[in-house]
Amino acid sequence: MAKETSRLRITGTDGLVRVEFVDRDILDEANIRQIGAEILGRIEAETKPRVVISFHNVEHLSSAALGTLITVNSAVKKKAGELRLSDIRPSTLEVFKITKLDRIFHICDTAEAAMRSLA
Amino acid sequence: MAEKPAKRSAHSVAVHYVRDELESLQAELAQNISSAGYSEAAAFSIRLALEEAVINAHKHGNHGDTSKIVAVSWSVTADEVVIEVSDGGGGFDPHSVPDPTSDENLEIPSGRGIMLMRAYMGDVTFVAPGNRVRMVYRKPSE
Repeated sequence: MAKETSRLRITGTDGLVRVEFVDRDILDEANIRQIGAEILGRIEAETKPRVVISFHNVEHLSSAALGTLITVNSAVKKKAGELRLSDIRPSTLEVFKITKLDRIFHICDTAEAAMRSLA
Repeated sequence: MAEKPAKRSAHSVAVHYVRDELESLQAELAQNISSAGYSEAAAFSIRLALEEAVINAHKHGNHGDTSKIVAVSWSVTADEVVIEVSDGGGGFDPHSVPDPTSDENLEIPSGRGIMLMRAYMGDVTFVAPGNRVRMVYRKPSE
């Protein structure tokens, strides 16, 4: 069953975690800190986390949000886990390409494809 | 016969870094941009650059002090959008900011705001001593 928080929907079992954003805009610094803490808390609870973060709802994100994703990626790698990003709109994908973060993140077209790649 | 002057809308506001104030400002600018015939892609670029500029001004210029203001002004014509953002800080040297895309910096969580501003606006100039930034978006020719 989905864990409903104010900013995220987190689902999954047995170390395969799917994260979706509730908000269209990931811009507010306080919200970004909250999002980071929630995802990191879930990663901490897993032995070898396999995580999919879907941007299905997301229209805008800031550099602070990118920073949080980098922190999440580091936390996953530290536990020998794997992270996938998915459902990124072309305009937002361009942000990843400009910052060259598409080189450090494994980006899938859909959350389903990302989940399959981690199954 | 004298040439008709280009339609221009101009605004100047001072905001505290409170989300509602910034959202309100973004909405007003988006309305100006849309009315002047800019594309959704242009609106995305300008919104992102303004967001990063205001956050930088608040976080680095005003050291996160929400009692201090960030001054924002903009003008919109059919050809370009000019935005200026300034803070109450002592400024900085923009050349001292490391390249966030270099291999050694790629996994550092911070330091991408200025790069995004430069990528999405055609012209970004920090006015000495560095506590005011002027950004220009020029509408692509059709």
